[in-house]
Order: sequence, then C-alpha cells, then structure tokens
Amino acid sequence: MSILETRDLSYVYGQGTPFEKCAVDKVNIKIEQGEFVGIIGHTGSGKSTLVQMLNGLIKPVSGQVLLEGRDIWENPKDIRSVRFKVGMVFQYPEYQLFEETVYKDISFGPSNMGLSEEEIDARVRNAAKFVDLKDELLYKSPFDLSGGEKRRAAIAGVIAMDPDVLILDEPTAGLDPMGREVLLSQLVQYHKQRKNTVLLVSHSMEDIAKIADRVLVMNSSKAEMFDTTKNVFSKGEELEKIGLKVPQITKIMSALRAKGYPVSDGILTVEQAFTEILTILNKEGKIW
Amino acid sequence: MVRDVTLGQYFPGNGLIHRTDPRVKIVLLIAFIVLIFCTFNYYALALTAAVTLLIVLLSGVPIKMYLKSLKVIIFIVVLTSLLNLFYSGGEPIWQWGFLKVTAEGINRAVFITVRIISLILATSALTFTTSPTDLTDALERLMKPLKVFHIKVHEIAMMMTIALRFIPTLLEETDKIMQAQKARGADMESGNMFKRVKALVPVLIPLFVSSFRRAYDLATAMECRCYQGGDGRTRMKILHMRKSDYTVTAFMILVTGGVILCNILFQTVV
Repeated sequence: MSILETRDLSYVYGQGTPFEKCAVDKVNIKIEQGEFVGIIGHTGSGKSTLVQMLNGLIKPVSGQVLLEGRDIWENPKDIRSVRFKVGMVFQYPEYQLFEETVYKDISFGPSNMGLSEEEIDARVRNAAKFVDLKDELLYKSPFDLSGGEKRRAAIAGVIAMDPDVLILDEPTAGLDPMGREVLLSQLVQYHKQRKNTVLLVSHSMEDIAKIADRVLVMNSSKAEMFDTTKNVFSKGEELEKIGLKVPQITKIMSALRAKGYPVSDGILTVEQAFTEILTILNKEGKIW
Repeated sequence: MVRDVTLGQYFPGNGLIHRTDPRVKIVLLIAFIVLIFCTFNYYALALTAAVTLLIVLLSGVPIKMYLKSLKVIIFIVVLTSLLNLFYSGGEPIWQWGFLKVTAEGINRAVFITVRIISLILATSALTFTTSPTDLTDALERLMKPLKVFHIKVHEIAMMMTIALRFIPTLLEETDKIMQAQKARGADMESGNMFKRVKALVPVLIPLFVSSFRRAYDLATAMECRCYQGGDGRTRMKILHMRKSDYTVTAFMILVTGGVILCNILFQTVV
C-alpha cells in the first residue's frame, strides 16, 4: 500500500466568482513509503496547492487524498492528526517563529500533539541535531539568530513532530550557495536515518537530480510526468517545452552524445559524468 | 478564509462616474448623505432613492458587488427598523402584548431602511469607482486649507495611502502564517473564547514582526528615493475640473432643490 495516494484530486480558487481559477486538476499520484520525491514545475503550476492538500491544510474541491489507504477527510475532526503525520515546511518558514526561545518554538508542534515532557525534550534535541543547531542556540530568542539558523530552527520545528511524510516547499530559497548545500545534505542525512518519505518542492533541477528518487512534474494544474529522476530528465525536450530545464550536466552529456560520443543516457550529476567520461576515454585508450 | 474579506474594492471601469473628479465625488457624496437625512416626506425620499439607483446603474459596477456590501449591514438595517417600528409614539394600529405598531412607527421604519440602504449604496459607489490612490489624493487636496492650523495634510494622506496599500498584503501574510501554524498542529477552530484568543498568539507575533520589518524596509526605500514630505513635492497626476464635473455638480444642485421643494410642498411625515 502506498503511504500517500491521490485520486482525481482537484482544487479551484474562488469557486463561483468571476475570478475562478483551477489550481490543481485531477491529479492521480502514488507515493511509496521511504521515497524521496522531487516536485518541479513553473510558478503557478499548482505545486504549492497540491502539497497543501496532502496534509489537509486545504480541503480539495473534489477527489481524495489517501494516507495509508484512508481518506484524510473521512473524519474532519481528526484532520490535526493527519497534519502531525504529514509534516509541512512552508516557503520562508522562518517567518512563523514566535516563541521566546528557539527551544520553545521547536516544541510547539510536539506539545500540540500532547506528548509528555520528556518525550518533547527528546524530540526537540533530536530535531535540533538533525538540522545542526547547537545547544546554546536553543535558549536564545529566535529573532536573534542569523537567517540560515532561523530557517533551520523552523525546519526543526516540523521535524520535531516526527512526521511519516515530510513535505518541504522550496526550503533553500534565499539561502547562499553554502547554506543550500548544507541544508540539502542535512535533509538527505535525515531521510537516510529516519527512513521516512520526503517530498521536496524545488526550482533547482541540479538539487532534485542529485537527491530525488522520483520526480513529479507539474504543468498548468496537471501532473505532467511522474517517473524516476533518470527517466524524467532524459526527456529534456518535453521539459523545455513546458518551460523547465534539465540539469546543466545532463544537457552537456546529451550534446556530447549528439556529436557521436558514446556516453550513456540519463547522467544527472557531475560525479556521474566524470566517471562516465573517464571510462570512455579509458576504453578508447586515450588515457595513459 | 481571510482573503475573502472585501474592503471597498475598486472596480476598474470608464463610465461617467469613474471619470468624475474624485474631489467632486467626495464633496457631492457628503452633501448627498446630508440630503438623504433631510427628507421629510415620501416624495423627497423617493427622489433621493431614485438618484441613488441612478448612481448605482451609471457606475457600471455589477449589482452583485453592491448586494455584497449590503449583506454586511443587513443586520443593522433589520434591527433599527424593528426598533423604530415598535417603539414609536402615536395611535396603535395593531397591538400584541407590549408590542404595538403605529402609523408613525411604520413610516419611521420605512424611512430608516431606505435611508441606510441609500447611504451604503452611494458610499459603495464612491469606493467602487475611485481607486484608493485617487481617493487619498483628493482628500489631501480637500484638506489643504487645514494647513493654516499646522496640520500635516500631506503626511496624513501618505499614511492613509500606505495603510490602504498594505491591507491586502497583511491579509495574505496572515493567511500564510495561519497555515504554517496549523501545519504544526495549532488549533484555531475549537475551544472556548480564552483558548481561541490564546491560539492567536502564534499568528499575531510573527505578523507584528514582519509588519515592522516591512515598515523599516519601506522607510529605507522611501529615503533612498529622497522622500522628504509634502513641501516642494510635485505631483504626477494633477486633478482638473472638467465640463462633466460641472454637469454632475449642477445635477446634484438640482436634486437638492427638488428635495427642498418636496419638503416645502408636501406634508411632513417624519
């Protein structure tokens, strides 16, 4: 059984007014336990609306979201428990910090779950460790942290709920290259250790190519493709048609192939390209 | 949802009322409101109601928008007309217990209902057909004489413009923060009064913080563009009175004359 499944999921903004706009149109996807799924698409393609429906922040106009096989809106009073299972980190999450100390802010989620003090304490410290926040920072005011630290504290606030599915909406937006790198590697680390499902919305094809198992491509409210990362990025032309790009290195490799070099299809990272080129050069005896 | 709130939304268009000078519109609206409350018999009331309808139809804004703004005040209308209906002096026509209906009561209820509805429709017509910037521009110009009393008219108008400009932004921001806190299990829909107020803290604090941040950013941006208040500041759009503005004004003077005439000619009802 898939951990998350959608059936003809649709959402319309401003229904019944002249400003009616369809944001998500009959999306059917299945996400398996333990997957790392990347979600890409143009601004306004419906990515954010889709992920907000997955944890019940927005109620779909039609269609269903199934969490472990059960419709999350089956009992609307239980929607909070769905939100604890499907954690959601919004864009620029540092703007949601509000408590006196970072510690208290991270514990907001777990204490809403009604856990015991010791359990909350353990979770807060664990979550802080995942995002690499030092202990002394925990007792500072969140408003005294640096931008990158605030971001990590806010993400820790969601990780502390220990969700089975973690959704992140552009978590690296506005961070410097170093901060992006660190945050992404922490995410991968977290995913490996916790073995849960992670959905990552991103505009960076390079990031997605590096870490996602499968990629969902959204285009004008519809799920255009949902396939393994390799397969999705091998359709460079189709992606470009809907205004998206493939990672630079993938483009270079396909250009090389077009020139007659026998490099293989679906190279996604610089490291892969490096070994690939090396093997070919070796085979042709050009390295000595 | 929060973003569904409409606060006198501007509805773009190019009709006669849209093109009328905003200063003229404001002055005439105030005069017209006074006029609505100076109607003392049904003829005068009918005249003002007819003019209101004419304004609504000429504005070119969908009737649906007007109905929406009426919906907000329907409770007040019903309450005041009921109070007037049952608590007026005079000979009772119908009585049941302590409730009695008099001819005077009926008259008063009808008058108050028509007056409030006309008032709201006319004011809505102003806000629907005038963009917020035009409105504050016009107010600034109209309040200029207050400078004699050392009142900083330009600064007040600028503050109003900024406040209006940021209402939608703040609403959107509130919505976003609420969603984010709900995602962390904040419960805003259940519980008693006390609990609900407490549940607002995680929304209000980030909202305050970001408002201050925005205010600082805006102040810096304005200073970078050498803003220094109203002294010596020229305007991009200078308001000019046109022929149609004089026509509209003349029409409203005629209506005023009509109402006065009705008040004199016919018997006073309320």
